[in-house]
Amino acid sequence: MKHMGKKKKWFKGQVLTVLPLYLFTLLFVLGPMIYMVVLSFLTRAETWGILPELTLKNYQDIGEPIYLKTFWESIKLAVVSTLLIVAIGYPFGYFMAKLTGKWKKRVTMLLMIPFWTSSLIRLYGWIIIFRAGGVLDKLLNALHVTEEPLKLLYTYPAVVVGMVYALLPFMIFAVYSSAEKLDFSLVEAARDLGASPWKAFLTVTLKLTLPGLLSGVVLTFVPSMGLFFIADILGGNKVILVGNLIQDQLMKAHNWPFAASLSVILLALTSVMIYLYRKISGVKELEGLV
Amino acid sequence: MEDIILSLQNIRKSFSGIPVLNGINLTARQGEFITLLGASGCGKTTTLRIIAGLETPDEGHVLLDGQDMTAAEPNRRDVNTVFQNYALFPHMNVEANIGYGLKIRKRPKEEIREEVKKMLSLVQLTGYEKRMPSELSGGQRQRVAIARALINRPKLLLLDEPLGALDLQLRRQMQQELKRLQKKLGITFIYITHDQEEALTMSDRIAVMLDGRFQQIGTPAEVYETPKTSYVAKFVGSANIVYGTVESIQEETVVFSSTAGQESFHSRGRSFTPGQPVTLAVRGEQARLEKGAEKGLAGTVKEKSFSGGMLRVAVELSDQVEFICSRHGIDSKLEPGDKVRVVWEPEHACPVDLEEENQ
Repeated sequence: MKHMGKKKKWFKGQVLTVLPLYLFTLLFVLGPMIYMVVLSFLTRAETWGILPELTLKNYQDIGEPIYLKTFWESIKLAVVSTLLIVAIGYPFGYFMAKLTGKWKKRVTMLLMIPFWTSSLIRLYGWIIIFRAGGVLDKLLNALHVTEEPLKLLYTYPAVVVGMVYALLPFMIFAVYSSAEKLDFSLVEAARDLGASPWKAFLTVTLKLTLPGLLSGVVLTFVPSMGLFFIADILGGNKVILVGNLIQDQLMKAHNWPFAASLSVILLALTSVMIYLYRKISGVKELEGLV
Repeated sequence: MEDIILSLQNIRKSFSGIPVLNGINLTARQGEFITLLGASGCGKTTTLRIIAGLETPDEGHVLLDGQDMTAAEPNRRDVNTVFQNYALFPHMNVEANIGYGLKIRKRPKEEIREEVKKMLSLVQLTGYEKRMPSELSGGQRQRVAIARALINRPKLLLLDEPLGALDLQLRRQMQQELKRLQKKLGITFIYITHDQEEALTMSDRIAVMLDGRFQQIGTPAEVYETPKTSYVAKFVGSANIVYGTVESIQEETVVFSSTAGQESFHSRGRSFTPGQPVTLAVRGEQARLEKGAEKGLAGTVKEKSFSGGMLRVAVELSDQVEFICSRHGIDSKLEPGDKVRVVWEPEHACPVDLEEENQ
């Protein structure tokens, strides 16, 4: 009995310490989310605001070709960006993990520094590089690669570059945290047992860094559908993502319920991805986040 | 000879300017159990990695089964390794770990399953197919690592301190088992250890290593009875090393002297001339301590201790050299501070080359 009393007391103490955290999460994460879901089933008022009438119209609207196309384009862009990010980020993260202490710190530092400036400002940097007669054009002219300006700004490739640039560090850190735990003697054992370098990579290195790679994919694929300001700044009005659509519906069209339903779909997509990640990698936490 | 499986020819290797191997030569015959014995950092593991192809020598040649394989990739060599930390693939179960080599060689699934089964019974782990490495004990992991290497039927199996992480009892048991496996399969083993007892009990030949060189390669008896250098004598036989100058030679018996006194030794085929400095290895259990003897090396008893059924008496000789005498039984009338003389029969003192660890 005495024992149980002790346990209870300990439990009480534990609850008290974490209670503020739960309240915070409830208030600022779960609360808005519930609000959003509820909102997505309500009716838009004629001019401004919401009418408390339940409807499925918002979800039916998403089925319209123009919006479906936006989803499709967003997914396409996300796939292209993510593939590029994997192609650059995986080897980068892997070899970063293999660096010696001093260089590891330096490279980590170089990756961290950009985070100290606003991502918006860094994006404007890309405008300077991409615009007609900008840094890139001048460089390519000087190297006699091109004569005419490339007119890269406000194009699809510019948006892809922006996405890759903004999200690459997440992939690098995710792969890095996985690769750092990889015991290199396992690769040697594979080679010793008859595997070619490529076979050893596929059966050992890739398998053991898969959790990092997959969490990198989740961390880049989902945001690249929603980072509307990248599409805005580098794509002009030519590239419209789900993120842009939500922003437009919310800020310009004032159609809050429709914006909410779009967000719910995006949230659902994200959840599916995280579910798949857990299924495939068997890991509960996203690697590289902690 | 035809049955030479491995031949290392003048292998040299340095890492960032620091020499690790300084010209290594070694041959291994079919079915031989060779142990590389030495303290940590002597280059044993590097030697093994060069044989496996995980490291490329700066100089010299690696011949496997008569073919120069110095530059061959590890997967092109008929050699497998049991790694020190086992290096079992954590994402594969026991069956997949053991079958890995055959799967890489694209052998049919049925055959792999059969072979894995055979291997598991060979290492006495039948029924463990579906276990993950994390669910195994140290000794079981060890067996899986051995089975995984042996399934490829290598001509040569390299073992890097395979029993280092096991407790003493398990170690003894695994020693027996490894020896049994090796005899049964007739595969050449190159075995690394820093435990001289392990080396003496298991090996056909021992190669004692120091600072990237072989000090002596020979049968356990040779290495134990007639050490070539003072390092071998100390490391393998825990022998005492005494120094002196040759006085006179009568046929095979050589008399030498030092500031501590005079004793004699057997020349063992070496030639000596009076005045020549000499280094001798004398094992503690083969020397006697006598009070008031005529000949022998004079010294003072420093310490007496009893361990493992042996009485150890440490004597400081007059030339400041420590000499440890050991005897069965506990009774001794000697006390610290007593003046004694260390004496021995000439055949129990072995002349050696002076070779010490650089430290």
